[in-house]
Amino acid sequence: MANSKNSTNEPFMVKDCALIALASGKKVQNLREMRDVLSTISPDSIYYHFWGGLLRPRFDDPEYHNDFAIWSAHSLHDKVMAERLAIIDPIEFNTLEDLRNELIDLIEERLDEVDYPLWAKREDQFEFIRSQIVIFNTKRTVQKPRDLVTALPHFSVGSIFYHFIDARRRLTNSLDDFQNWFLNFGDTYMDLCYHIAEIDPYFLPLTRLRHKLTEVFTDYFKKEKK
Amino acid sequence: MSRILEQYVKVTGEAVIEHLRQLAKPLQGMKLVHINSTKMGGGVAEILHKLVPLLNELGIESTWHVVEGNDEFYQCTKNFHNALQGIRIDIPKTQINTYETTNKYNFEKLEPTLKEADIAFIHDPQPVALIKHIPKRKGKWIWRCHIDLSSPFRPVWKYLREYVNQYDASIFSLAIFAQQLPHPVYLIAPSIDPLHDKNVQLSKKEIGDVFTRFEINPDRPMILQVSRFDRFKDPIGVIHAYRNAKKFIPLMQLVLAGGGASDDPEGEAVLEEVRQAASDDHDIKVLLLPGDAHRTINALQRAATIVLQKSIKEGFGLTVTEALWKQKPVIGGDAGGIRIQVINHHTGFLVNSPEGAALRIRYLLNNPDIMESMGRKAKEFVRENFLITRHLREYLTLILAVLHGNKDRIELNGS
Repeated sequence: MANSKNSTNEPFMVKDCALIALASGKKVQNLREMRDVLSTISPDSIYYHFWGGLLRPRFDDPEYHNDFAIWSAHSLHDKVMAERLAIIDPIEFNTLEDLRNELIDLIEERLDEVDYPLWAKREDQFEFIRSQIVIFNTKRTVQKPRDLVTALPHFSVGSIFYHFIDARRRLTNSLDDFQNWFLNFGDTYMDLCYHIAEIDPYFLPLTRLRHKLTEVFTDYFKKEKK
Repeated sequence: MSRILEQYVKVTGEAVIEHLRQLAKPLQGMKLVHINSTKMGGGVAEILHKLVPLLNELGIESTWHVVEGNDEFYQCTKNFHNALQGIRIDIPKTQINTYETTNKYNFEKLEPTLKEADIAFIHDPQPVALIKHIPKRKGKWIWRCHIDLSSPFRPVWKYLREYVNQYDASIFSLAIFAQQLPHPVYLIAPSIDPLHDKNVQLSKKEIGDVFTRFEINPDRPMILQVSRFDRFKDPIGVIHAYRNAKKFIPLMQLVLAGGGASDDPEGEAVLEEVRQAASDDHDIKVLLLPGDAHRTINALQRAATIVLQKSIKEGFGLTVTEALWKQKPVIGGDAGGIRIQVINHHTGFLVNSPEGAALRIRYLLNNPDIMESMGRKAKEFVRENFLITRHLREYLTLILAVLHGNKDRIELNGS
């Protein structure tokens, strides 16, 4: 794969992916159960509940950005817990284990504060889900960074997910594939990398993320031309 | 490009179809078989009618077979169906014997196809016992459960689970419907076919004809619920909601349209109750439509101002999907699959009582701009998430996942 260890001559290979959800069979009804399951659940499930929402039916929730926070707010009706969970930004954590520990810490802190844990209704239990990801090569390539301006609007949302979200988990430097490709050109695209780094993928659906990235590339190369 | 896929490009865009082709590439020439219990009627058959030709066009040799049985077999599987949805039913031993011998008979009939299949999708409980007769299988067998299995009557589930456990994977429509099983349990929501008569674009004239035919005034707001006459769909609750809202919007009309209920004694009783409840109001139309009145239902949905699906219990609720696809905001009961389709303030409102439904009807009818914007969002929401192309993508992804074992990341050759 050229994207993680390109030489300057190597094109950007556009990949695509599809996610399929699996039930883990684990359901919880209150925060104590949530903490217990979180301590043993597969890291893929934690990943899914932070990022999987980007690839499944939902609208932006301006208040709560991950499934744990949404459940605390709408099923447990514990707004304090929901707000604390919502503030977690998964890209700040180097590993999913670190993210798991942060979740457990926040839940334990909340359990210390309340006299008894709130319960969700039976039909509102939190269902732990994980996913499998299938990755395939689209056979499309982008020869030069500048070509991304015209190529990016045609990327599928699966390609955006793979190159901009999934890359951070896949690659040791936690950068997306675009920045990794630009790094192979030395300092040439450092400014562009800064602009890309400013995009917070946690707050945008994939279609808007695609639009935002296109905007950043377009502005950058327009200025470079001048 | 192939003929059927080309038609979908117009609806979903080229990228979605290209994505399907890429996913299908490693599966070229594979043999896939679907087994269910009916060719006609019901959501499963409707999906398979289109899914199977699409799979073939993508280069996967797909066939679809239907198990055959006598009345006692169907009585038994109907009992299974009800029991899996939580009704306590003791199934007579004679019915169980018929169920088992019918599955054996069907296995013998389908043996060459089943033995050759690389992938077998077995739909619902009717053919689930086929697996017993093929202990050394070449292919992967997947049980596709379309039923809400969240609270099954345990003795019946315990019996069927012995068969289900032998499968390589299962599929449920929603996480809440799933049971814990000793193999991967996938989650795939159902879908609608935008090119089916039920959903295809209609001319203004065809839509206008339903106003004349059913004596509905096109210049006044019309609220519609399309569903079987079943207590779980709460048609009486819909009438209460309508009466409550009509105090504020006197010109409102209500249409309750549903399929035939001749083989369902309870359905007939509910229909009679609905007719009684509606009898003093000429603005309520209770329509009993034949099972193949797809274009009429389509026209009614397009003619409606707001669509209701005030179910108390619901599987997925494909009538909600159909209405959203026609750019109608939906006021839906806070139950089952309605919850993942009706998103408050985006595609409609979830409600828990006739009063709640009445309030939302009044809100929407007083805010036509909001209704219009919800309708636009609703259509895009369905386009992204609930069309048959998404369903097909998930089937292809699942097949690849099953063939590659239980790995979390599957990199296809050349990727």
